[in-house]
Amino acid sequence: MRPDPVAIAIFVALFALVTLMGFGAARWRRGDLDHLHEWGLGGRRFGTVVTWFLLGGDLYTAYTFVAVPALMFGAGAMGFFAVPYTVLVYPLLFAVFPRLWSVAHKHGYVTAADFVRGRFGSPLLALAIAATGIVATMPYIALQLVGMEVVIAGLGIPMTFAIGGISLPDAPLLAAFAVLAAYTYNSGLRAPAMIAVVKDALLYITVLAAVIVIPAKLGGYGGIFAGVDANSLILPPARAGNPGVQSAYATLALGSALALLLYPHSVTGLLSSSSREAVRRNAVFLPAYSLALGLIALLGYMALAAGVKTAPEFAAGFAAFGNNFAVPALFLKVFPSWFVGIAFAAIAIGALVPAAIMSIACANLFTRNIYREYIDRNCPHRRESSVARLASLVVKLGALFFVIGLPTSYAIQLQLLGGIWIIQTLPAVVLGLYTRRLHPAALLTGWASGIAAGTWMAAQSGFKSSIYALDLFGTVVPCYAALSSLLLNIAVSAALSLVLARNRAPDATLAEDYA
Amino acid sequence: MEKPPPKWRARAGALLLLVPFAAMLWVPSYNRIAPEVFGVPFFYWYQLLWIPLGAALLLPAFLAGKRGGSG
Repeated sequence: MRPDPVAIAIFVALFALVTLMGFGAARWRRGDLDHLHEWGLGGRRFGTVVTWFLLGGDLYTAYTFVAVPALMFGAGAMGFFAVPYTVLVYPLLFAVFPRLWSVAHKHGYVTAADFVRGRFGSPLLALAIAATGIVATMPYIALQLVGMEVVIAGLGIPMTFAIGGISLPDAPLLAAFAVLAAYTYNSGLRAPAMIAVVKDALLYITVLAAVIVIPAKLGGYGGIFAGVDANSLILPPARAGNPGVQSAYATLALGSALALLLYPHSVTGLLSSSSREAVRRNAVFLPAYSLALGLIALLGYMALAAGVKTAPEFAAGFAAFGNNFAVPALFLKVFPSWFVGIAFAAIAIGALVPAAIMSIACANLFTRNIYREYIDRNCPHRRESSVARLASLVVKLGALFFVIGLPTSYAIQLQLLGGIWIIQTLPAVVLGLYTRRLHPAALLTGWASGIAAGTWMAAQSGFKSSIYALDLFGTVVPCYAALSSLLLNIAVSAALSLVLARNRAPDATLAEDYA
Repeated sequence: MEKPPPKWRARAGALLLLVPFAAMLWVPSYNRIAPEVFGVPFFYWYQLLWIPLGAALLLPAFLAGKRGGSG
């Protein structure tokens, strides 16, 4: 692809702007960054508006904005499950997370594993929760880089640079990542919170332009939907004894909604808000992003109607990135250069925000629930904060290794597994907010059986699909493996809790801490 | 002193939170093309419509909880 100087200039300028903001953010609502809750939770000082931007930038990641339309582009109606998924996220957030916020605020918990440790008095269960969070998040960070890689390639920036006779593969990606790592290290959660505002502004501008300009060029929405294969415009009908794709669609939506809120970056974003009321308000106002996501999903169909797949100028892009190249190709085809710069910057900056928050969330987990619990029990708060900063660098290096050292398909498969794994923390974290009748040993056994069963189900498709067909008394029900394995987990946790004697470890929390 | 809202209001609000689950998980209810709106099949506009509907259904529970004083 030929480099486009105008688009590249605008892209680089916007990137430079957010880099400056990222470093400057250390001074914003100034706190002593030598404390973990200041570095890793922004001092719990973000009000309703900042939380709205932060969570919006956090939950709706760049990869989502590339992969969801790519799925629509390739598979049709199935890809639209992202919409019911985001519809279901907010009632869950509203019902559950104010309780977690309250108890975390009262006891100074920084991670979900902190809460589990206090509630059940079991360091081992807390370790399982923390480790699951870290392992599930790493490939997710890697996928943000994939989102960034796609737009950098779309701009026609060469990926390999030769400096002094040494050729550097993936140089632009490495540079972007080094910058991200540096300001996250420096400013902690304040950096992505501030950058999220720019990211969201760019994103809304891009979405608005896309849903107005593109249909006008493609003969209206009627013309766009006419370009979709009639067989994939809706889900295939259910057959006798097998609801087929329809049950897959519903369970994917529900399972993804449950998993999303358990990811460490969601918890970090929610706990950083300044009040319980801010969390509740955000459950009501965050769906504005869902609308943007729904419209972005339709970009996949717009790309079909625009015929980007067969255009010779995009052949190299599709060869390198598959359907993930659909949206960048669409933008390149319909927008003028300067606007391509803005739209691509929206995606790339949209990758920086969640990547920063995810690495901070992993760093918090490592520091609080592994380092302080098992390595240096009496570490002073200053050391705690510097360990977290270093951990955020290590996590990013790990993610970078995924993207550069391994085929992209590994990161995608691991992220798919990550969803199945993270959902297994639901009984301890979410049910734990309501009851401590579940025994920690039972919860651990349930967690292990859920992970084993879910991984096994995904393995049956060679880790290509997270849908596994259950045979329920003669009815075949294709189901999202995360959801079916979660049910097993809950059943094991509940049954063993009935058998085991009461948990004698003390509960650090009181009933009124949750209100 | 402000009076806490009656218990039934909080309960009704909590029940409304379940409505989006029933609507979205019952896929056969919306897996069709007609009626189209501006050329957009039912399957798509109906699910998009549920985004603002879902937010609206949170409001009663939101307001009930707000006056309860627990914030």
